[in-house]
Amino acid sequence: MRHAVLILSVCAAITTAARAEEGARPIGDAERGETVFARKCASCHQVGPDARHRIGPHLNGIFGRKAASFPEFNYSRSIERARDDGLVWDLRRLDAYLENPKALVSGTRMNFAGLKNQRDRDDVLAYLRIFSDNPQNIPEAAPTARKMEVDLPEEVLSIEGDAAFGEYLSSECTTCHQVDGDNDGIPSITGWPEEDFVVAMHAYKQKLRPHPVMQMMAGRLSDEEIAALAAYFKGLE
Amino acid sequence: MTINRRIFLGTAAAATMAAPMVMGASHGRPRVVVIGGGAGGATAARYVAKDSKGEIDVTLVEPTRSYYTCFFSNLYIGGFRELSSIAHSYGTLASEYGINVVHDWAVGIDRDAKTVSLAGGDTLPYDRLILSPGIDFVEGAVPGWDISQQGRMPHAYKAGSQTELLKAQIEAMPEGGVFAMVAPPNPYRCPPGPYERVSMVAHKLREENPTAKILIVDPKQNFSKQALFEEGWAKHYGGMIERIGPDFGGENVSVDPMAMTVTIDGAVENVDACNVIPAQKAGRICELAGITEGNWAPVVPQTMQSRMDENIHVLGDATNQGDMPKSGFSANSQAKVAAMAVRGALTDSRVFPAKFSNTCWSLIDTEDGVKVGATYEATDEKIAKVDGFISDTGEDEDLRRQTFEESLGWYAGITSDMFG
Repeated sequence: MRHAVLILSVCAAITTAARAEEGARPIGDAERGETVFARKCASCHQVGPDARHRIGPHLNGIFGRKAASFPEFNYSRSIERARDDGLVWDLRRLDAYLENPKALVSGTRMNFAGLKNQRDRDDVLAYLRIFSDNPQNIPEAAPTARKMEVDLPEEVLSIEGDAAFGEYLSSECTTCHQVDGDNDGIPSITGWPEEDFVVAMHAYKQKLRPHPVMQMMAGRLSDEEIAALAAYFKGLE
Repeated sequence: MTINRRIFLGTAAAATMAAPMVMGASHGRPRVVVIGGGAGGATAARYVAKDSKGEIDVTLVEPTRSYYTCFFSNLYIGGFRELSSIAHSYGTLASEYGINVVHDWAVGIDRDAKTVSLAGGDTLPYDRLILSPGIDFVEGAVPGWDISQQGRMPHAYKAGSQTELLKAQIEAMPEGGVFAMVAPPNPYRCPPGPYERVSMVAHKLREENPTAKILIVDPKQNFSKQALFEEGWAKHYGGMIERIGPDFGGENVSVDPMAMTVTIDGAVENVDACNVIPAQKAGRICELAGITEGNWAPVVPQTMQSRMDENIHVLGDATNQGDMPKSGFSANSQAKVAAMAVRGALTDSRVFPAKFSNTCWSLIDTEDGVKVGATYEATDEKIAKVDGFISDTGEDEDLRRQTFEESLGWYAGITSDMFG
């Protein structure tokens, strides 16, 4: 009888494990991620038991941590602003940042073109996840909830902006952002390359960038309107 | 801006014709007259002049030479700004945008003849008139108070000498004295304004007269950003501020400016400084033009045209438009829509769909800023809210400081959008 009970509980354990396996897709291949990290990230960042700040801050405990949160580290004004607006490094935002750092934080000092390959990002994040004790917002049980990146099809990026329309629309922006490019308290938006402008606005629209006013303003702009604004502001010195 | 040849010529023409009468300068160009040089009027004048590139003759009528913004005037009371830092002049609008700036009062509008008469005796003809006169007070709204009493009990709801007076009266309060505010009923200019003012008065008293008390007598059950203000008051000024709402007689108030008393539901309170903010209505020129319905001027959302007269556009606090709060930001937003519609009507320029937005920042204490905002669209019936947000209670200090810094950026942005 004792024997039978034991068998039953073993079966139960196996079933539970199988269910977890089914629902929990790992972020990526951590082992491969280690090699990608060594090649692409390690010249500036350390992670692991003895990690210290280098050119970039160390990445232990990055998941669930507020952006720019080491007081001893010298961050860009831009990422500090994003931090104060509430940027927290969850999986979705780390993924967006790794793909294109400037899409998420325009003036970041992280001088890195981005990991364009989704598999590379997945694997690096799986590797970094090992060094986060208490990861938050990692939807291992619900992979479908995962939003990948600033999701911009080529046709959106290639819309030719109508600068005259942009000039009218810009009057909403210039209530706060000064048209001569001065910035005190509110960043300058003049003279940006069009693509950076478009990507940044879509990052607000998709609520990847954190600021509530900008999420609201961008949230109701169409793809054409964003392109029109980018075309207009690009022409301002 | 770049000054192109047409604008330069426009300015020169205006200058040549300036004496003795300003209004002959149009030479067949369509004429736009703007009444009121605040967030609505100054913005509208600037956008019509700038975007029409000299094709439209623009005259701005504003009685004062130095305009004090209502927004940030509370920060002056709190000691965070100099009065001179909220003063603006119209020099750039005249010199760079070719706008005829006339410092006079508009005292009448003949809608059939399409003319505006000025207190100084001149008459200005218009093809389109833009009215942005702000607010006036409803007579008899607070028993015992009328405008002749504004020296003893200031409203300080039009910025400038009234704001200075109120600040001086707060400074003259005896130790442990009482500052009272009679708050207005809805709708009124700047919904969070009275409560930001209370915050600034509390800030000042905490530094200079910490045993003083603040009493708010309020006819409204609820008010703008209430949870944020009440949290902030408890945190920074514990015990100093008491608010009497309608359930405790806040609706039943009268004042005696000579005796310096406020009577709340029959109970007489002695006060040392008293800020009376009465119920409000559209600036009087709207009434004189016959375009009001009740206390406000109803408008067509898509163009900000008066519902009574298609040749008149009305902006800002004076309007009844729907969901937008009466604020400088709203007036500035509406002005751009109206400017586009006016240009479209007079010069066949492109007209785009109306978009409106508003954000109001308030300061609760040093570097403790909060904000509320929304976007709006024009429907047939009204300007309707699309989406909005408000600061959360319990936000950390960094975010509140950043919100405050953002408000400084906004002030610089909107004032350069208004005055060039």
